[in-house]
This record gives sequence, C-alpha cells and structure tokens, in this order.
Amino acid sequence: MTRLHVTRRDGEQIEIEAKNDQSLMQALRAGGVHEILAMCGGCCSCATCHVYVDDGSTKPLPPRSKDETDLLDSSDWFTDASRLSCQIRVSEALDGLRVVVAPED
Amino acid sequence: MDRFDVLIVGAGHAGVAAATRLRQNGFKGSIALAGDEMHAPYERPPLSKDYLAGKIQAHDLDMRPQDYWAGQAIVLLKGLRVSDVDPEARIVICEDNTQLGYGELVWAAGGAPRSLTCDGHDLPQVHAIRNRADVDALREQLQTARDVVVIGGGFIGLEAAAVLSGLGKSVTVLEAADRVLARVAAAPVSDYFADLHRRHGVTVQTNASVDCIKAKPNGRATVCVSGRSDLTADIVIVGIGILPNVAPLTAAGAAGSNGVDVDRECRTSLPGVYAVGDCAAQHNAFAGGERVRIESIQNANDQGAALASAISFIPVPAPTVPWFWSNQYDVRLQTIGLNRGWDDAVVRGDPEADSFSAVYLKAGRVVAIDCVNAAKDFVQGKRLVAEGAAVGHGSLSDPSIPLKTFWAS
Repeated sequence: MTRLHVTRRDGEQIEIEAKNDQSLMQALRAGGVHEILAMCGGCCSCATCHVYVDDGSTKPLPPRSKDETDLLDSSDWFTDASRLSCQIRVSEALDGLRVVVAPED
Repeated sequence: MDRFDVLIVGAGHAGVAAATRLRQNGFKGSIALAGDEMHAPYERPPLSKDYLAGKIQAHDLDMRPQDYWAGQAIVLLKGLRVSDVDPEARIVICEDNTQLGYGELVWAAGGAPRSLTCDGHDLPQVHAIRNRADVDALREQLQTARDVVVIGGGFIGLEAAAVLSGLGKSVTVLEAADRVLARVAAAPVSDYFADLHRRHGVTVQTNASVDCIKAKPNGRATVCVSGRSDLTADIVIVGIGILPNVAPLTAAGAAGSNGVDVDRECRTSLPGVYAVGDCAAQHNAFAGGERVRIESIQNANDQGAALASAISFIPVPAPTVPWFWSNQYDVRLQTIGLNRGWDDAVVRGDPEADSFSAVYLKAGRVVAIDCVNAAKDFVQGKRLVAEGAAVGHGSLSDPSIPLKTFWAS
C-alpha cells in the first residue's frame, strides 16, 4: 500500500491508502475522489484526470509523453506540476506523494 | 418484491454515471444498478482495442474496485433482463419473472448490435463486439483463426481490424458505402484511415455488400460479396451499428422513434421514467437543436449527470461539447462536436505525416473537428466548437496557426 495525500477540488484534504500496480487515476477514484472523471478510462485521450503532483520532490515519476503534454499544456490550468493521473503507476516509491486535483477546464 | 428509490436498468457507462453522480449529489435513497450480464460494471471502449488484443485482462476493465459499490450503497443486480415496465404500478418485470419496484426508473439499457439479415448471419463463425462475452468468445476462436472478414467499416470494425492485423491475422474489411467511416467523417479522414489499414496489410473493399455467409465443411465460412469473389474466413466480425434496447419502454407507451425521446433532464414521456446513454434521443444544441441519439462515453456521462441533478433537485449542468475517440494501430482519432449538416471541411496538417485535423464548417462556423494524432487541436478546438466560431477558411488550413488563435474570448 502507498499513502497519497490528496487535496480535492473543493479544497478538502484526505489521505488515501492506494493499492500498488494501478494507475494514480484508479487509486484516486477508488479513494472516493469522484471529481476525477477519467472519461476515456485511462488511455490518455481526454484530459479529464488532470492533477498536480508535488514538484520539487524526489518522487520518481515517469516523464510526460508527447500526447500527455499536448493534452495538458492547452489547459487553462496547466502548470509544471500538471499530470494526467492515468499515466502514472502507483508504487511504493511514490509513498507520501502529494496530489492536488486540478480545476475543471 | 424488492423496491428501490432509484432503479437503474443497464450497468454500462450511462447507468454507472447516473448512480455515482446521485451519490456525489448526496442522494440518500436506495439505488440499484441492474445489468443483464454477470459482471460488475466494466469499461467498454477497450473491448475492441486492448482487451481484444489480449493486452489487458478482464479485471483491468473494472470501472471501480469490487468493494466500491457496497461502500457507496449502490446495489448491483446481475443477470437481469427487463422485459416489461409498468409505469402505473412503478414496477419492472424481468425475463426470469423477478419483479422490482421503483420510485424513479432510469433506463440505461444501451443497444444490441445490429445483425445482418442475410442467410448465415447466425453461424458460429459470426461475431459482434458489444460486451465482454462477445469478445471472450471471439478471443477463443482467434487462437486458431487465420482469415478474418470484418463487415462494416465504422469505428468498431476498423478498431477490430487494427487489432487483428496486429495479431498477424489476414483481415478484409467490407464496407457497403463508397468509403469507410462514411457516416461519421469527411472524405479526407475516410481516405486516411482506409490507407492506414492498407499500409498494415488489411484489404479494404468499399461498395461491398454481403449476399450471404455459408458454412464450409472444414469449420470455415464463405462470405459471398455481391458481384465479387467469395472470401473465406475463419471468423466474421459484424460491426454495423446498434439497435437501441427500448422495446419494454415503447411497449409501455414511451414516445420515440429512434430510441426513446427525453427532455433536458432526461425524462421520458412516462411519469417517473428517465432514459440516458445510447438509447436516449435528446435535442442537442450541437446538432442545431435536432433530436439526436449519441453513442459515446461523453454523452453517457453527461446524461447520467443531468439526470442525477434532476433527481437531486439541483440545476442541470449546461450541455458540454460532444467528443469521442478511436485508437487504431498507433493512431489516435479524437473528434469534437457532431459533424452533421456541414457544408465545408478544411484539412489542417498533413495526412501523409500521420498528423492532421479536419475542421467541419456549417455556414462558416465550426461545428466539428476530427483530430488525427493532433491532441493540441483537440484541446484547443473544443472551445471553437463550443463557441460555434466563425473562422476564415484560409488561415484555418495552416497548422502552424494554433486553433486557440481563433477563440472569440
């Protein structure tokens, strides 16, 4: 299990114990973060699972693919910390990751 | 007889959206989600893509973890097919004679694959792709199959053709119209996808209508194409659209000719009965106000949300821009808007470079965009379609000018 510190869209802060080997998107939805729509089911096609992950940390996040970047950087809410949560696998190495749900486009 | 405050018939994307949105809205009444399959709700788009390819397994399709539903107090009723609706008594009757009472009924039963009507349409070699059982059966036969004929050059057929040619099968696509994706895309997009498939070794025949399918003694099948050579197939996949599952509702008196008619809040003409998803026909601002039935995840989600708002007595959200996607090989098509009634289509970018968009205009205003490996156009184009932006033809075709340049605000 991996601990995630999540700030929901309404500002509520919660902690989720996430199972490993699923996507961060799936972990957030399983943890009751319903505002993560993830309409395309996690195939990097829709940008409705946009989150911010703590930058400046040493968590080993995979780099963004071109598709992920293209989907994100046109968002009004794009920052350097922007990620599509469907593109990140949960693992022990992410224990303690801080995740903030991005505003809706 | 069990009774639920909200009974949702159909456990696909629209039914799940309705159930989960109700709980998010704080709805405290009882909710049941009744599906005709024995599985918990699962994602359908991968059925014709990664699940067919064997890249992911059944449990990867689950929309939520198994313990989620009980945690949300959403009762999953499995293996139930509703045959009758009694809106006076507020009960439904299932094929196995189970009766269920309801306060509000949400009809989210989707559609059944349209079958061929010719001889041989029911041979064991002939498959549809609509639910898990369809694809499980297909995958089992695939192991020993070599030749595959796909009837229908729409999204399902083309996605299946891409997967199966990727698995090394010899694939022929038969399309009755003069081009693939004829109902949903402009000619340059159709041409691109036909060419993409040919580059991957798939044979694409257009203007091809099937006369019959015959079983051969060796377990294979012969597909007879009108006026052309017969094709031999181990497997035939039929992807020629769906027929909305609305017979019990129309028998109960619900209005509708293509699916069941619903208003902005997804109410049917029957008291206490709503409909959402593939089977619901609704006036749509992005179709010039026409009543349309949209088969997409986005529509299922939005209608589920609209209905949940109506039942929760909160304002129904404004309609969002329709969108849809399809993956074939390493190509991602993302469409925005509804490309009906357009009078001009402008291509941006270079189909030969596998990245371009087709922008559909109606009286000079953007009504839809097909984005092929062009995620930027997809994201920026949404606003153009939402605004119905009036855009000059010339600058639109220049892909170095980002679509956001044309935003009104």
